[in-house]
Amino acid sequence: MSDLTGLTLKDALAGLKARRFSAVEIAQAHLDAIAAARALNAYVLETPERALAMAEASDGRLKSGDGGPLEGAALGIKDLFCTEGVRSTAGSRILESFIPPYESTVTANLWRDGAVMLGKLNMDEFAMGSSNESSAFGPVVNPWRSRGSNRPLTPGGSSGGSAAAVAANLALGATATDTGGSIRQPASFTGTVGIKPTYGRCSRWGVVAFASSLDQAGPLAKTVEDAAILLRSMSGHDSKDSTSLPVEAPDFASFVGKSVKGLRIGVPKEYRAEGMPAEIETLWADGVAWLKDAGCEIVEVSLPHTKYALPAYYIVAPAEASSNLARYDGMRFGLRVDGPTLTDTYEATRAAGFGEEVRRRVLIGTYVLSAGYYDAYYLKALKVRRRIADDFVQAFEKVDALLTPTAPSAAFGLGDNAADPVAMYLNDVFTVTVNLAGLPGLSVPAGLDAQGLPLGLQLIGRALDEGTLFQLGAALEKAADFRARPDPWWRT
Amino acid sequence: MAIDAATVKKVARLARIRVEDDRLAPLAAELSAIMAWIEQLDEVDTEGVAPMASTEAVTLPMREDVVTDGGDAAVVLANAPRAERGFFVVPKVVE
Repeated sequence: MSDLTGLTLKDALAGLKARRFSAVEIAQAHLDAIAAARALNAYVLETPERALAMAEASDGRLKSGDGGPLEGAALGIKDLFCTEGVRSTAGSRILESFIPPYESTVTANLWRDGAVMLGKLNMDEFAMGSSNESSAFGPVVNPWRSRGSNRPLTPGGSSGGSAAAVAANLALGATATDTGGSIRQPASFTGTVGIKPTYGRCSRWGVVAFASSLDQAGPLAKTVEDAAILLRSMSGHDSKDSTSLPVEAPDFASFVGKSVKGLRIGVPKEYRAEGMPAEIETLWADGVAWLKDAGCEIVEVSLPHTKYALPAYYIVAPAEASSNLARYDGMRFGLRVDGPTLTDTYEATRAAGFGEEVRRRVLIGTYVLSAGYYDAYYLKALKVRRRIADDFVQAFEKVDALLTPTAPSAAFGLGDNAADPVAMYLNDVFTVTVNLAGLPGLSVPAGLDAQGLPLGLQLIGRALDEGTLFQLGAALEKAADFRARPDPWWRT
Repeated sequence: MAIDAATVKKVARLARIRVEDDRLAPLAAELSAIMAWIEQLDEVDTEGVAPMASTEAVTLPMREDVVTDGGDAAVVLANAPRAERGFFVVPKVVE
């Protein structure tokens, strides 16, 4: 039998339905691949018994013709999603022994549709990071290496485990989340496809909160069509999340392959970062040419407040995080470090339980919300956020979607940006605007740099117009014909 | 505005995160560098701009004020660092 882990999700689902192989065979092939890839540190918890039990149940439903749209699909789950009875840590020491007695809505939707859980995926602590180095479990290593080098590279973050698992064929697809770029930047760094849907498309219920007005779940996948299939199952209204939008998810996969002729594509001139490698500029021009060849009309647009998105984000996100993370007090769940007084217990618990980047962000958030600074920082950032959202409103009067690079560089070495928080934050310069405005953004692998590392292009759409992004993303994917695969150096 | 060690100490206290004294000055320098970068926001004219806390135009949905969940003390307590006889056990707060 050929290697089942090399299949796309779409082909695996077709093969399962036709009973060319079983869900148990699919699950076992992935479990074997995971066990042979521990050098990547992509999974923080492997759940083989659960995977095989779920796969066996899937085989029963496939046999009787009752299979759901994802029946037998072996997936990895970012450890930010609470999974009932299965340890869920958010990559933090403070939740190192937390076993949720409930299931997140997004994962419940996947199981409803027949998916199989392989395990929980590594991530930056509380999704705060762009390199996976803030994880309490140590960083994930990117399956990709520079040509002729053994130097370990970051898979990006915070959904680094999800991206690495998909890139290394350790799952047919994975769940991920994106607050400032945490799905799209890892997708770009690992040659995978990732979409952050419109804010409110996926329920946040049961997803450990970072910055609630920005957090959104989405898939990481091998192809645009696979991402479309996964997003449809993940989406949908949920009465348990008051910000979940009361709209039906369309059949996103039906947009794949549709002609893009006549669509107007905006190219925002502000999406050029200082020191951005020439290859990214070239790839962006290639993307423009590909869409033009496919019949799109190219329009230069301006999003004048782009450069202010990241500093505004570093007020809004830490402010919301400082409030959300107040719940980790060592009383009702999670780590407790006892001290002589209640306050000492709180302070010792949070000092021991939170890593350096999380402590830093909680301090920034507390500072910008504190008396005397609230107007100057927090309120100012919310006003700048409106300016950024208004830029998009104006652009979308003229165009149907925007095309930009996903990240300002290819994957960098683990440790390279560790000493300078702001340098690390700049990774999200092209992705964070979309979170502030609540819009969908899709990253598609489009080429390799001179070192042989993958680079992605980002498509940004109107709210609730993910369909157009899948349509355009599929056109880019076809034109780019990205087939490069990392050499499986990690296999033992 | 530069953040000094005394401000870090105050903010850490507000955030209930213990910071050792020898870490106050380095943290102050680190946070000051981040805030200095953030202060480029002052260049943006926001006169008359309404603050945007949410990207959704819809108002929050209302529902009947009825109990929808509960009665599961054992489940609620399952992850408690300490629990006894159906209660969370917490440090003494009143002398």
